[in-house]
Amino acid sequence: MNVKPAEKLSMAIRDAAARGEPAIVAFMTAGFPSAPKFREHLLAVAAGADVVEIGVPFTDPMADGMTIQRSSQGALKQGVSLRWILAELAAMQRPSAPLVLMSYLNPLLQYGYAKLATEAAAAGVCGFIVPDLPFDEGAELRTALAKTGVALVQMVTPVTTPERLSLVCSASEGFVYAVTMTGTTGKNVAVPDTVLDYLDRVSKASPVPVCAGFGIRSREQVAKLREHVAGVVVGSALVEVLERGDDPTAWLQGLRPSAPRSPQHDG
Amino acid sequence: MNAHVRFSADEQREMLDAELAGRFPDARGRFGPYGGRYVPETLIPALERLEAGMREHLHREDFQRELGSQLRDWVGRPTALSHAPRLSAAWGADIWFKREDLAHTGAHKINNAVGQALLAQRLGARRIVAETGAGQHGVATAAACARLGLPCVVYMGAIDMERQAPNVGRMRLLGAEVVPVTGGDQTLRAAIDEALRDWVADPMGTFYLLGSAVGPHPYPYLVRELQSIIGREARAQFIEHSGSLPDAVFACVGGGSNSIGMFHAFVPDRSVEIIGIEAGGRGVALGENAASLSYGWPGVLQGCYSLLLQDENGQIHETDSISAGLDYPGVGPEHALLMAAGRVRYESATDGEALAALTECSRLEGILPALETAHALHGAKRWAEKNPGKRAVICMSGRGDKDMPTLQRTLLAGNSGVAS
Repeated sequence: MNVKPAEKLSMAIRDAAARGEPAIVAFMTAGFPSAPKFREHLLAVAAGADVVEIGVPFTDPMADGMTIQRSSQGALKQGVSLRWILAELAAMQRPSAPLVLMSYLNPLLQYGYAKLATEAAAAGVCGFIVPDLPFDEGAELRTALAKTGVALVQMVTPVTTPERLSLVCSASEGFVYAVTMTGTTGKNVAVPDTVLDYLDRVSKASPVPVCAGFGIRSREQVAKLREHVAGVVVGSALVEVLERGDDPTAWLQGLRPSAPRSPQHDG
Repeated sequence: MNAHVRFSADEQREMLDAELAGRFPDARGRFGPYGGRYVPETLIPALERLEAGMREHLHREDFQRELGSQLRDWVGRPTALSHAPRLSAAWGADIWFKREDLAHTGAHKINNAVGQALLAQRLGARRIVAETGAGQHGVATAAACARLGLPCVVYMGAIDMERQAPNVGRMRLLGAEVVPVTGGDQTLRAAIDEALRDWVADPMGTFYLLGSAVGPHPYPYLVRELQSIIGREARAQFIEHSGSLPDAVFACVGGGSNSIGMFHAFVPDRSVEIIGIEAGGRGVALGENAASLSYGWPGVLQGCYSLLLQDENGQIHETDSISAGLDYPGVGPEHALLMAAGRVRYESATDGEALAALTECSRLEGILPALETAHALHGAKRWAEKNPGKRAVICMSGRGDKDMPTLQRTLLAGNSGVAS
């Protein structure tokens, strides 16, 4: 079977959504809280998720809130780099869920796009999310990744204009990352009806599955989003679970609307 | 010369021709290879609105008339061009100062702050956010916002709040809310990150009043347009006084706003040497200085592709300089272009050299310059030794009162330091 990495990603999300529940895209910062436990944490997260988004730490995470700023700094202090992450992934047992790397642009730029595309595909990475690379600046990286079939996931937001929304959605690969709010990651947000309308518009415009992210941390939010998107991204809340030393697999499973209620999920 | 930046003579000529013809920034917001708009998707509509608003208003007659009257009646422009007779005698070249230290709030920053605040008002902004390093941009923004009745929040690194304490008080007295930034490196870079995060939360109602010629397009262009009055005035004043152009112009370079403002009018004058002086800090190793043009290589930080002080993994490196206003690991894209094109030479001055130049200028000319400016003074002194009798204009970008806490700890500590 020769499925492109980008398609593997779309399929994992569609498969989960077809079972009647949004796919869970679970974010963790590589090497946080512990670099030696990275492989163990990754496998545990993958066991509870449909896609794992691995954060490459960066000194200036301008789109992220306090939690991911803290996890990025914590990982950098332990010497985590893109090079280290790709080596770890290449050396370990392949997790059960497809992998996406989230990185600000500069670490990718310094690594070299051609080398990145080859090594990422070899390490089982299906896609990239680059929060400071808007569609207009992305041609070079998109072209390089396309050579090995790796997706460049585009983001849209509630303030993206309708024309730009269709442009960005049709260029996105793997899935479209629909940011639920204007702001940084990690805030606990209610999901108002205006956001649901916006997510419906994104889902309508997008040829690939749509995942909603930023501020999602409870089963109630996931239940409210299930009719509107194919998947949800949980980031800061999961980073906090790992930081506390709780079981990420159980916590992720508890996010699914069909799961029995558990006291560790706040509303 | 920076070994990471090499262009052929043809490429250099092409870049300089395009710069002189006003073709930069191009449609993608680039100055040759540098610049661009590397920001989260949330900010794209806000930047597009800013760019459209800027194109509509900035060069319109009514806007320029209003800006012109604020600059004249409130800021105190034109600022003087002062001859420096005793420093000239000491250094051997004829030294002149473009006196931005005499502008309202004590530095060139007000030129940009009042211009952008007027633009924000026309675009219907509900509040202003700004970052500040030395505190000069924060004070200028607070003052401009008070003048125009706009609410103002200033982000400032915790380390900078300590070393530029007088400016924190000034901002608060001017009605601004000053928010300490304790994340990241706790200096200018962290303050910009935090201001961007604030803007991401309310991209349509908030106006980000960026203080340097850095960041995503259109800021490097907008800030240059508002600061280039410095060089235009200086050039006209020098010609009026001497009947010809100076041989060289100098300015200090952090992000690069006073320098691009000083240099821009002189770029077409091929006979004029243009020299920018960066913060050489304690030494040449990564982490010991803030001289990104001298020691950096290309990368993306805070919205812009330019030269950065970074490690081999693309992590932005912490910088070191005695001067908070120069303590930044990147530099404006137009400076990167002007260096690549071979039109402007960039050098650095160490903390010690800047302190010595500050002492000399204070004693010989009765002007206490900002620590940032003192770097440019040292660069001019070094040039003067090799160019006796020639004429140089230095951008006196700001006054040094704000640096008293640092000067108390250094030059005024015990009886060491202040040479007599």
